[in-house]
Amino acid sequence: MSVRRLSPNQPASFAFTPATLKAAKAWMANFPVGRQQSAVVPVLWLVQKQEGWVCEPAIRAVAELLGMPVIRVLEVVTFYTMFMLEPVGTHALVQVCGTTPCQTRGSEALMEVCKRRIGAQSHRSADGKFYWQEVECLGACANAPMAAINDRYYEDLTPETFEKLLDQFEAGKTPKPGSAIGRQGSAPEGGATTLTDAKLYDGSLAKKIKIPNLPPPASKTKAPA
Amino acid sequence: MAGILADRDRIFLNIYGQRDWGLDGAKARGCWNGTQDIVRQAPEWICDQIKASGLRGRGGAGFATGLKWTFMPKVESERPHYLLVNADESEPGACKDRDILRNDPHLLIEGCLIACKAMRAHTAYIYIRGEYVHERERLQAAIKQAYDAKLIGPDNIHGWDCDVRLQHGGGAYICGDETALMESFEGKKGQPRLKPPFPAGAGIYGCPTTVNNVETIAVVGTILRRGAEWFSAFGTEKSTGTKLFAGSGHLNTPCVVEDAVGISVKQLIEDHFGGVRGGWGNLKAVIPGGISVRMIPAEQCEEAIMTYEDLQARGSGLGTGTMIVFDKDADLVKAIARASYFYKHESCGQCTPCREGTGWMWRVMERMVTGEAEMSEIDLLLDVASQVEGHTICGLGDAAAWPIQGLFRHFRHEVEDRINTYRARKGSYAGATIAAE
Repeated sequence: MSVRRLSPNQPASFAFTPATLKAAKAWMANFPVGRQQSAVVPVLWLVQKQEGWVCEPAIRAVAELLGMPVIRVLEVVTFYTMFMLEPVGTHALVQVCGTTPCQTRGSEALMEVCKRRIGAQSHRSADGKFYWQEVECLGACANAPMAAINDRYYEDLTPETFEKLLDQFEAGKTPKPGSAIGRQGSAPEGGATTLTDAKLYDGSLAKKIKIPNLPPPASKTKAPA
Repeated sequence: MAGILADRDRIFLNIYGQRDWGLDGAKARGCWNGTQDIVRQAPEWICDQIKASGLRGRGGAGFATGLKWTFMPKVESERPHYLLVNADESEPGACKDRDILRNDPHLLIEGCLIACKAMRAHTAYIYIRGEYVHERERLQAAIKQAYDAKLIGPDNIHGWDCDVRLQHGGGAYICGDETALMESFEGKKGQPRLKPPFPAGAGIYGCPTTVNNVETIAVVGTILRRGAEWFSAFGTEKSTGTKLFAGSGHLNTPCVVEDAVGISVKQLIEDHFGGVRGGWGNLKAVIPGGISVRMIPAEQCEEAIMTYEDLQARGSGLGTGTMIVFDKDADLVKAIARASYFYKHESCGQCTPCREGTGWMWRVMERMVTGEAEMSEIDLLLDVASQVEGHTICGLGDAAAWPIQGLFRHFRHEVEDRINTYRARKGSYAGATIAAE
């Protein structure tokens, strides 16, 4: 378990922007009537997208919106580690994956870069632009080592390419996510060695087919509704 | 041909995202072809075909999919049935579902429709991990395409009303457990539930629910299109079909690839992952199925094949089929200590053996890394690991114990050497201090 507490410095108030509220209502409509609580994680995430973090007044606002006791929302916010409980960098929230597959391919060197450029983990940099943390497996192991920066995945990094990315974020730009060495998704470096058969893509697979093993028509138990 | 599977027998034809992920592209690759004829069949026929194909759950546990579907009630009642697709892929090493979600989403959506018919459900929810923002946007767009084309939704062209909806998580590995997934789905902390009641009786909102992995559902359409016997012809009697494999760690070209179950570990590494860094002789160990299974040492990798039964016989498991490879330069003790930290971080805190045990095991593992431990602590650690294993509500306790057990089963001597080295060095330091005085 990770111990997570709300920040001692909290703003006086929080208000949903119209766009956030609209998106939140769409999530609420995604679930059966009376089950709006199911939308709590998506709504909190929208709050985080709006504010950059989740503050205490926002927790109350979400509880009111979803008709939940405040403690239940607080419970969720402190349980799920994606929710930032204090303000993060204005330019970039850098989350370096440190779990074993990334570790074996050099994530520690990436974290050294973070320490040197940004400072201690889970603190804002001196200029307020950056905030970094080591996170658990982000599920891009075939493209290790990687980091999620402002929710986008940057993969196949080296300390050098990682620094270049940070330079661009510092300049207020958003570099293109994906592999730093030009891999296509999770294909092997140098290009895919499978899926090279052109017949797969000439449309022949879309031709009308007969489904095998169908029961004889007489035994059909159901007609289309 | 790389591997043992011909291109024409692959299910995921856009796994690298080289082509159109959208509806037109998916249709050109055979997705949504003949779906109407499949959905028109009785649920029993679909379940029987999936049973005959031998498909087993691809999320790690490997439970027979067709059988699982038959656990759902046979008649619809006032409590609706739900299909809940587990896209909370967070196991270290596993990164296969992500490629389905972003590059072949229509296979998943089509599978949802067919599986819903098989279990008499009219709603499928896909629970995707929170960090997969790009994948979620892509999937959402694909679902909209399917609705617009009336492939799913009310009064769709297939004749079985079926809504496919999204839900996302907040970055908790534990929510990959099916009961924790349901708790999280309902907007609560992701703490696993006791079973029974089983999800097929009382799942989300107390209604009958079946939880399936993304890959399991995404392959269903193609299996039925090509026939159960086509699928079951690959692999062995108990481990059939094709499967996505992934490689990470000390490989020359790590990647995700589809191949037949039953491919040997060596061929998978050599053909698809570009070989071990420094050559096959430089291999030290492989964790074959995501970090929660026990590792197998290099000498066993010569014969090991990627099936449920072969890897289980080696004390390991196929898990998600996503391997982590270590070469001779790798510090295995450190790698497993990092895995222990992962489990400590991800324990939900509900059961005492796991909440306290994972932290304790991690702290001891960290001392094993430097060698700053007592020799007797190795057996103590293994004893504690066996006390955590099997004494928790969900499988996270087991998963935390297995990597440690795997390490000591095959590389105990390394830890012992490390402890001895540390002591010897400490002795010489003591001597150095005396000499300096």
